[in-house]
Amino acid sequence: MTTVRIPPVLRDVTGGSRAVDVTGATVAEALEALFSRHPSLRERVTDDGRLSRFINVYVNDRDVRYREGLETPVGPDDTVILLPAMAGGGG
Amino acid sequence: MPALAGAARDLVDAIGSTPMVELTRLAPHDGVRLFAKLEGNNPTGSVKDRVARAMIESALADGTLRPRQTILEPSSGNTGISLAMIGSRLGHPVRVVLPDNTTPEREQLLRIYGAEIIFSAGAEGSNGAVRLAAELAAHDATLFVPDQYGNPANPRAHELTTGPEILAQVPELDVFVAGLGTGGTLTGVGRCLRRERPSARVIAAEPLPGERVQGLRSLEDGFVPPVLDESVLDDRYLVANRDAVIGLRRLLREEGIFAGLSSGAAVTVALRVAREMKSGTIVVLLADGGWKYLSADLWTRPVDELDEELDGALLW
Repeated sequence: MTTVRIPPVLRDVTGGSRAVDVTGATVAEALEALFSRHPSLRERVTDDGRLSRFINVYVNDRDVRYREGLETPVGPDDTVILLPAMAGGGG
Repeated sequence: MPALAGAARDLVDAIGSTPMVELTRLAPHDGVRLFAKLEGNNPTGSVKDRVARAMIESALADGTLRPRQTILEPSSGNTGISLAMIGSRLGHPVRVVLPDNTTPEREQLLRIYGAEIIFSAGAEGSNGAVRLAAELAAHDATLFVPDQYGNPANPRAHELTTGPEILAQVPELDVFVAGLGTGGTLTGVGRCLRRERPSARVIAAEPLPGERVQGLRSLEDGFVPPVLDESVLDDRYLVANRDAVIGLRRLLREEGIFAGLSSGAAVTVALRVAREMKSGTIVVLLADGGWKYLSADLWTRPVDELDEELDGALLW
């Protein structure tokens, strides 16, 4: 199972769960599996079928936008991390 | 008095031209050369001196900052400290909106340089400081807000100074790695490299925010800094606090470099990239020295203990 990590700002939808285990061969399939369990996440995370600009998606530690986007492959040992876009620190 | 050829006329003129050092012990194999740009050697100890100087100089030049006008900026520390030093040299009072969960050294340094501090809720991270500063500015038209997250002078400082310095010091670079905060360093150096060394890859090391500093009320409260030009990035890696601490300790132990937490993260990403390369040259930018993190004791305490504590702190 692939683990999807849920940021605090979205945990109202998952009943407080920090992570949800799903199956899927790509990020898109993993997210579909997540949305079928928690349907209201779809509108929070996507915008017109695309990822919201307010959310960043990583497979393990790499941003999927610099790989194959939603088609980035995932395996059973991978973790998909959803993170809200935030102002960075270092400032 | 005539200027002396070998001396800056003022501390502000001594910003930049920082050292580049090869990391021979950290380089994972003989094929890769690894170099570090030591931005902690700037006058107030961080890369933000370049940004603060550029934002103030451009605002003075176009008249948006008037003589003696008060400067207000949200900052987790470094930019505020740089603005406070430069403001004190040029006669501008400086107010800084500082999250209340940074290290005490930042508060001390801001006060030493004469800045006034307004605290924002640490649980809201840098976003909370940005929001509070915007509210304060909306009610007081006498304030000048440089806005490092949205001010084009921020990336331009790096495009015009940091980038050319790096290319002059390491002309053969193949990869540039830096921490992602406002995005100014990566955007500015990235634009310089796109033009002068288009084969080079530009890679961001991004902090994995602690659970307790992700207190956004909604996703829409988050924002992508306007100065960040994502088109110049080739890759983006998340770095957990514990890995950043491990990187920072290796920098000290193996290379003698006393650097801050974002530098630990950047070097962690640089080493990961280095291991995946057969040959080539990597430059990693170390944004600040370790001085402002001494009270957090990042160098000696058990990593597990620190990991828990860093979850609620804002150290980048």
